[in-house]
Amino acid sequence: MDDGRLEALGQTIVSALPGAAIGHSVAFNQLTVTVEPARIVEIVKYLRDDPGCRFINFTDITAVDYPERAKRFEVVYHFLSPTLNTRIRLKAEADETTQVPSIIDVFPGADWFEREAYDLYGVIFVGHPDMRRILTDYGFDGHPLRKDFPTTGFVEVRYDDQEKRVIYEPVRLNQEFRKFDFLSPWEGADYPLPGDEKATK
Amino acid sequence: MNEQSPALRNFTINFGPQHPAAHGVLRLVLELDGEVVERVDPHIGLLHRGTEKLIETKTYLQAMPYFDRLDYVAPMNQEHAFCLAAERLLGIEVPRRGQLIRVLYSEIGRLLSHLLNVTTQAMDVGALTPPLWGFEEREKLMVFYERASGSRMHANYFRIGGVHQDLPTKLIDDIDAFCDPFLKVVDDLDQLLTGNRIFKQRNVDIGVVTLKQAWEWGFSGVMVRGSGAAWDLRKSQPYDVYAEMEFDIPIGKNGDCYDRYLIRMEEMRQSVRIMKQCIQKLRAPDGQGPVLITDNKISPPRRGEMKRSMEALIHHFKLYTEGFHVPPGEIYAAVEAPKGEFGVYLVSDGTNKPYKCKIRAPGFAHLQAMDFLCRGHLLADVSAILGSLDIVFGEVDR
Repeated sequence: MDDGRLEALGQTIVSALPGAAIGHSVAFNQLTVTVEPARIVEIVKYLRDDPGCRFINFTDITAVDYPERAKRFEVVYHFLSPTLNTRIRLKAEADETTQVPSIIDVFPGADWFEREAYDLYGVIFVGHPDMRRILTDYGFDGHPLRKDFPTTGFVEVRYDDQEKRVIYEPVRLNQEFRKFDFLSPWEGADYPLPGDEKATK
Repeated sequence: MNEQSPALRNFTINFGPQHPAAHGVLRLVLELDGEVVERVDPHIGLLHRGTEKLIETKTYLQAMPYFDRLDYVAPMNQEHAFCLAAERLLGIEVPRRGQLIRVLYSEIGRLLSHLLNVTTQAMDVGALTPPLWGFEEREKLMVFYERASGSRMHANYFRIGGVHQDLPTKLIDDIDAFCDPFLKVVDDLDQLLTGNRIFKQRNVDIGVVTLKQAWEWGFSGVMVRGSGAAWDLRKSQPYDVYAEMEFDIPIGKNGDCYDRYLIRMEEMRQSVRIMKQCIQKLRAPDGQGPVLITDNKISPPRRGEMKRSMEALIHHFKLYTEGFHVPPGEIYAAVEAPKGEFGVYLVSDGTNKPYKCKIRAPGFAHLQAMDFLCRGHLLADVSAILGSLDIVFGEVDR
């Protein structure tokens, strides 16, 4: 589908769902629709059932973390319409306490993807019958894909031969975690050096 | 039976994580009523390595090897998805020879994956010979991987903008010589399995998926084709040079395990057809030229050049430390991996590292349907269904 038709499709969706679908944009030949998280089920149903859309194939749910924003998460849904041969991306803003309705009744395939988004980001989905962690360890604490979660994590495990069981301990690194920052200081990166403030004053 | 005698309870067993038919580290908690499966609860994550988190801390070039370790039976297909995503964000076009080599090796990856799946599925239902025959061919294919990239499995061969090295002429000749004898092996496997009474008893009408279910459960690849949709991303949303390749899409009628087996067999033959076309195009005059984009702001200069030219040395140093910057934006790029639609959702903030890289693995969507697929089947069917889903834990757990 070319950008013009995607643009038209986006406009149709936004005008058909006033208040639920907030805005749309087309970039890299892909349509993105910004939506209101509380009304996601209604939107997804419309996209699935409307003869002009037929987004019947569930593809993906994930989240993106922007800690500096007021609502830190963007919950991102992807769907595919085999009839139109096109994809759509829905984006909903949420924070740690926003209750995003689960779309599991419309698309049963959303089950594990919602569990994963909860596990790795801490997005709360309501109406999901079995919201457990999925990828991380039994009894894991924290949401590892958040930007404020360190890559090294907090605990490490080992098998203790004396006690005959697996033991959890705080992470102890023999060498400090090497976080290379190769961003060029001349373009892009902003490193205030001592004395720089004099130039701006 | 439960209603009559309240003393009888369903029996719960653990299937895996060390069971050979669990295809890796899957723990299934099965609730059985006699031999009938009442409920399946797959526990995954035993191979979770935090790939997505690690990619966020690496440059685009350093992120590539992680993709080999997702679906480790067809490594290059994963690299392909990541390359496509980054290339679209960068707005660059891969040279034709690079595209041809990528398609050739993606099809080799498809053979690797289907050979493993078809033969181990046969092993799960009791046949021992097919894996021995299939693995002999896989070994030859892995030698092709090694001769192109230096590594049998974790190739790290595709680059953003093409592939790392050109193929030697002798290697192209050897791949060509491999094609026809391989079709004979596929025929042999076909004779061994397709009409086999035991194989049919274990697979026909087992794990039936209707097309509507396949779409709404997020299935892709062989799982939707088995249910009757002629949907293949190589045809419907062609990437690289797939648009000019001639091949057919096999589809199933019943959506059961047997149909999915038949589709994989036919796809292997079609893959060989695509490989032959690639080889022919690689030998043609318009198939010559660079294999990697020549813009030195994205692809590093050749090593020989680096020793002589100051400019090349600077580019080399900058690309292997800082890496290149990808313009801000977000993209979802998907390829038709052997197991289904493998997608990469890449968010760039304009720096040298991905801000977010979500890996959408086909196996993850397929495995979650185990409960609805197995319900009401016998315990022995669980391994047949699991085999036909084509699960590899590298990509499910990430």
